[in-house]
Amino acid sequence: MKRDWIPWLLIPVLAIAALPLIGSPASWVTLTVAGLAMGLMIFVMASGLTLTFGLMDVLNFGHGAFIAVGAFVAASVMLAMAPWMTADSIWLNLAAIVPAVLAAMVVSGVLGLGFERVIVRPVYGQHLKQILVTTGGLIVAEQLLKVIWGPDQITLSRPTALRGAFLLGDVAIEKYRVLAVVVGLAVFAALALTLNRTRLGLLIRAGVENGEMVEALGYRIRRLFVGVFVVGSALAGLGGAMWGLYQETVTAAIGAQVAVLVFIVIIIGGLGSVGGCFVGALLVGLTANYIGFLAPKVALGSNILLMALVLLWRPQGLYPVAKR
Amino acid sequence: MLRSLLSDDLPRSRWLAVALLAILIGLAVAPFLFPGAKSLNVAAKICVFIVLAASFDLLLGYTGIVSFAHTMFFGIGAYGVAIALTRLGPGWDAVAVGVVAGLIVAIVLATLIGLFSLRVRTIFFAMITLAVASAFAILASQLSDLTGGEDGLNYRLPSVLRASFSLADGTLFGVRLNGRLLDYYLVYFAALALVLVLLRIVNSPFGSVLMAIRENPFRAEAIGYRTVVYRTIASCIAAATAALAGALLALWSSQTNPDTTLSFDIMVDILLMVVIGGMGTMYGAVVGAVLLVFAQNYLQDLLAIANKALAGVPLLANLFHPDRWLLWLGVAFILCVYFFPTGIVGRLRQKR
Repeated sequence: MKRDWIPWLLIPVLAIAALPLIGSPASWVTLTVAGLAMGLMIFVMASGLTLTFGLMDVLNFGHGAFIAVGAFVAASVMLAMAPWMTADSIWLNLAAIVPAVLAAMVVSGVLGLGFERVIVRPVYGQHLKQILVTTGGLIVAEQLLKVIWGPDQITLSRPTALRGAFLLGDVAIEKYRVLAVVVGLAVFAALALTLNRTRLGLLIRAGVENGEMVEALGYRIRRLFVGVFVVGSALAGLGGAMWGLYQETVTAAIGAQVAVLVFIVIIIGGLGSVGGCFVGALLVGLTANYIGFLAPKVALGSNILLMALVLLWRPQGLYPVAKR
Repeated sequence: MLRSLLSDDLPRSRWLAVALLAILIGLAVAPFLFPGAKSLNVAAKICVFIVLAASFDLLLGYTGIVSFAHTMFFGIGAYGVAIALTRLGPGWDAVAVGVVAGLIVAIVLATLIGLFSLRVRTIFFAMITLAVASAFAILASQLSDLTGGEDGLNYRLPSVLRASFSLADGTLFGVRLNGRLLDYYLVYFAALALVLVLLRIVNSPFGSVLMAIRENPFRAEAIGYRTVVYRTIASCIAAATAALAGALLALWSSQTNPDTTLSFDIMVDILLMVVIGGMGTMYGAVVGAVLLVFAQNYLQDLLAIANKALAGVPLLANLFHPDRWLLWLGVAFILCVYFFPTGIVGRLRQKR
């Protein structure tokens, strides 16, 4: 099968098309980096969701809960390590961030395991109930977050080493965004390698294409699915932690807010496709930043507009998954 | 007479009939039975939310599609009246303009969203409506010239509906006969009429097609019904009714802001109402709406008592904090979907 590269080309086309509109190359570079950073963070959060959908036809409307939990756990750990966060050494900063992020991923992952068992498992194959129950899960999770961490928002400042910007001539690039891009690309590379180069990945891809066949060949697709669900939740936690640091505030509503972007991205990408999700996330991130600069008033509708345009072109999303 | 009024869809359960009668009569005499601004407000809110939940049930329970944009249409109706009353002054012509404009916008939007996303699957529609609704909510708070932004709009109602307007001298059962009373009965009877109309719609041949689509869309299409068209029409009717409910709210409260009309919290409330009350029956929506508005206003008091009793215990006390009422309803919601998918009404009808 020939690879379909047109959607990938959209990213550079969009970026180049924006250059003359924005005018100054310096702000264009800043905006592009900001867009890529935002897009990659959304990708990290969305990748698990799109995979679970592809694999088991389960769409988790409660995905936002994992994002929020990740953000809260990371914030608590970082606040507990405040001296290291404000230290001048990048190593001490990292020594605070890395455990915070790991804790966020572990807690979200464990929560994902429970969520799958309690909320999702009883309603396999029933879309209406899935949507209802997972939304209920989101409501309860959001309230529980308020019970545990209190109803007020938590202010979180970035560690010293990640504040400020790199200056290249008159181009300013925020340090944190560079980190977000690096982490996002690393997650994408790891996912792509696992999916395309390992036996496990082969099984997952086969499961997305035709689950019954994989089962008939003697593999337990259920177990695969639980694994993917847990990894997806952990990634959502990672994304939530990154998003919390990006916004520098954490509220219980963060999950529901970001979940809207995540949904737009996976619709654009084609439900079930990781590559599509990646392209969709970058497109959403870039458009949001360009439009936010060019016409702040329209910025809110830009994502919806992008989604509508993509769906007019490819009604099933950029990379429709074969059987659906 | 009663049969044709209820479109031949009787409660079919003694207890349900009792409950519905209690709601009907209770709301009718509420201003006299429970005088006071707060209880009248609660009663009017119940009326509005009954219509809103019933119109949502047309989508969720009868057609089997989940829309997260129902509050958007509710908001469009409310803002239609609010903006018209702010711009054109407090008159009935302004009300009419607002209602009609709101209806048109709601129906056009519903058609667009429907044609765009209803050809695909339930989940697609749910996600797209969620995205559109959240964008709309932000848009409404951003266009502050038109909508008053986060603060919303405060406006004057037509003089007949104001507290200063006096219907007759003196009092009836100790209640002053003023414009607010008139306003309440306007909301009450409009809500009653709308519920009966919806009942008529779901019990018509059109309603049967919707239920067929819910049960098996493939088969319905095979028999010769264009499912996209039927689903789109259903979502237009639901949107129009929601817009009317919004207009009623705007006419009752003389202020409209994003929190009370557009927020995701309201959407969650409607979902809870329909699912707890019972999907797929209009009566379920009625019962659910009454229950939830009561819970909102009075469960907090109960939780406050529990909270006080547990004051010493750290986490447990928070669990019963009055602001956490949604937590308990959320748990009830999940349990309902699992164990009582037909909700309260379904249970009552089973027992019969």
